[in-house]
Amino acid sequence: MAERVGVYICHCGSNIAGTVDVEEVARWAGENIKDVVVSKDYKFMCSSLGQAMIEEDIKKEKLTRVVVGACSPHLHEKTFRTACKNAGLNPYLFDMTNLREHVSWVCNDKEAGTAKAKALIAGSAERVKYQQPLEPSYVDVHPATLVVGGGITGLQAALELADAGHPVYLVERSPSVGGHMAQFDKTFPTLDCSACILTPKMSEAGQHENITMLTYSELEEVSGSVGKFKVKIRKKARYVVEKDCTGCGICMEKCPRKIVDEDFEAGLGYRKAIYTPFPQAVPRTPVIDVENCTYFQRGKCKVCSKVCPTNAIDYEQQDEIIEIDVGNIILATGWKLFDCKKVPQYGYGRLANVYTNMEFERLCNAAGPTGGKIVMRDGKTEPKSVAIIHCVGSRDVNHNAHCSAVCCMAALKFGHLILEKTNAEVYSFYIDMRTNQKQYEEFYQRLLEEGMHFVRGKVAEVTDAARNPDEQGKLIVQCEDTLLGKQRRIPVDMVVLMGAIEPQADAKELGLKCGISCSMAGWYTERHPKLDPVATMTEGVFVAGTCQGAKDIPACVAQGAAAAARVQGMITKGKVMIEPIVASINEEACSGCRICNNLCPYNAIEFDPVKETSHVISSMCKGCGTCVAACPAGVITGAHFNNQQIFAQIDGVLWDAKPAGGNGGAAAKAAEPEPVAS
Amino acid sequence: MSNENFEPKIVGFMCNWCSYRAADLAGSARIKYPPNVRIIRVMCSGRMDPAFVTKALSLGADGVMLAGCHPGECHYIDQNYKAMRRYHLLKHMLAALGVEDERVRLFWRSAAEGEQLAEAITEFVADIKKLGPLHWPDNWEESDERLEALEAIVKEHEEVMEVNS
Repeated sequence: MAERVGVYICHCGSNIAGTVDVEEVARWAGENIKDVVVSKDYKFMCSSLGQAMIEEDIKKEKLTRVVVGACSPHLHEKTFRTACKNAGLNPYLFDMTNLREHVSWVCNDKEAGTAKAKALIAGSAERVKYQQPLEPSYVDVHPATLVVGGGITGLQAALELADAGHPVYLVERSPSVGGHMAQFDKTFPTLDCSACILTPKMSEAGQHENITMLTYSELEEVSGSVGKFKVKIRKKARYVVEKDCTGCGICMEKCPRKIVDEDFEAGLGYRKAIYTPFPQAVPRTPVIDVENCTYFQRGKCKVCSKVCPTNAIDYEQQDEIIEIDVGNIILATGWKLFDCKKVPQYGYGRLANVYTNMEFERLCNAAGPTGGKIVMRDGKTEPKSVAIIHCVGSRDVNHNAHCSAVCCMAALKFGHLILEKTNAEVYSFYIDMRTNQKQYEEFYQRLLEEGMHFVRGKVAEVTDAARNPDEQGKLIVQCEDTLLGKQRRIPVDMVVLMGAIEPQADAKELGLKCGISCSMAGWYTERHPKLDPVATMTEGVFVAGTCQGAKDIPACVAQGAAAAARVQGMITKGKVMIEPIVASINEEACSGCRICNNLCPYNAIEFDPVKETSHVISSMCKGCGTCVAACPAGVITGAHFNNQQIFAQIDGVLWDAKPAGGNGGAAAKAAEPEPVAS
Repeated sequence: MSNENFEPKIVGFMCNWCSYRAADLAGSARIKYPPNVRIIRVMCSGRMDPAFVTKALSLGADGVMLAGCHPGECHYIDQNYKAMRRYHLLKHMLAALGVEDERVRLFWRSAAEGEQLAEAITEFVADIKKLGPLHWPDNWEESDERLEALEAIVKEHEEVMEVNS
């Protein structure tokens, strides 16, 4: 049975017609490609008129296959599939040829462009004849959502969804939600108190009837796919029974063991071995730090257990694995600070009064270790001058190429706080001042007026080696002032390094668990950098906040809400379409060698020990086709990308390469594998 | 046998998520590159069957370009590593068949690397131009001897099987 193929070539205005002779391609295809019964060109194929033309031809000319040569299938494949469907043709009997992005826009020469267009059209026309009708399947979307990360982004996403009436599991690695924002004192440019705007959200999330908060927990495993993910979460042992603990805090007060708090206080303050990271922590249930607890290390103490009024301490508690079903996943796992020791010339870790930005956040925080007093490492001397060095580890080819987006504004905020709280002179050493959001430039102007000094140039070195009496006992910042065009040495008492925002160390690992990828730097890759910033290539997995790239709090909140909106859309719709592009195994012919079993990263291939054959669980298959290419017996078929279809396409794109004489045809036959059920 | 006027025919297999999109991006950015590569979309570089390559060469392609996501960035977690394994085996086989090493090459290009993809194509086309045409299908022509040799192998094999059985 011969197929009846319709070929449609789009001009796309002059986008394609400019470098491809579209009329010639349409004429050529109609005359030279076997089974092509209709071949037309049209100004804008994607317009309603263009679609109507295809629909009419399908009905009138009884087309059984359709090829459209236009833009990238990533843009309009859906449009034309719908057109086919409207005319009663299975949408998978259509193929799209990329004549714009892959031909007209990249060719200079019309002749070459036309030739390439012909080859690609021939490829599609040959391929389409072997395409088979497929039916997409639909999956119910589970109404619950998993939000990973309890920072401001995750909180926002969780609250949006919970307020809309949908159940949310909020998983946070540390003992409390809040994230980095909980560590800050003020937020730029409004200078409102960070805790004052964050903590209400934290407690709202903690008390929300639709939010199940799982703190001190980590994502263990994700299986399944959009609409029906199965997630395993490891709830680490707190050694405090959550339902019994009232959060009175006596245990923390009485605990005899004091430890430097490297996390929340950035190494500037102390906490106990049983602790909550900060007083407003949500939940208020503390955790026991086993590494430092006297009882766990030496077998006696048990002070916390003795003082606890509700007997909530349980030294025998074990990690718990919780299994939940969710329809969608939002990753909001945030960032980590660049290790400033990697820039040894700035002296962090070697020169006492060199601080990182997170240390300084704690230093000027009213609830911080110094009660908000800006003092040097001795704990009492107020600095007379402070240098703030921008771009430490960011915009630096040796470390991170990206701009951390928030440090300029944070540096201005620090400048303001220092000027407000002390009599110190403040110097900012910047490369470029980036203040490109609402009210940011105004804040910069304000600091200029307040008397912060700005030196444009990258700092070469921070040293304590004095060259003259003025520099004695100071930290000297050596820098080229590029506006003055000369070297400067500025002696100061304190140096603050604006360390870069970096992806979490385990971002890649978590991404793999959820089936999404990271950029080389480690940021999660969004589906489209402009038009689809919170979706990912994996259906049902969304990203928001700084795990996708460095950004400030307003942008994080916006993304958290955006991701929640996308999830709500999925939940409201109730069903999600699953592309029928999956592999299948002809079990009759399967030898049971099991080579394919280990190739599938989704464990979608199962071996049946009774039948001694393998089969594909199609709901778990994502259609990559690796098993198809690997099967030594050739009995695995990849729907829509089967061998026949691809061989036909190769044949088509090389229509003009076939040798004039000789037995090339025979050779081609020889290279063809045994016909398989495809 | 390099030839100034020789325009090689190259088939490019690109994965749907990274390299095909990189080619889209090169187009959107109007980056010009030689028109010799005819791109075929597959879902993943892991789908690339060595038979696709031999098929293309047997049908007259002068080179085959394979492209996928960077290692560690595969849309299907790690299937590009499997493509890489297969690619190296294929290269061994092609070498045994007398196909020059440069004619088949695997590239990693992410969806953001339109420019780099265009560069890779430009470079690849230039290299194939230097090599000249493959004439693989034509070379089957002078295959009388080879055919004999092949038949001899089959015969030998049959004989051995007879003895054994």
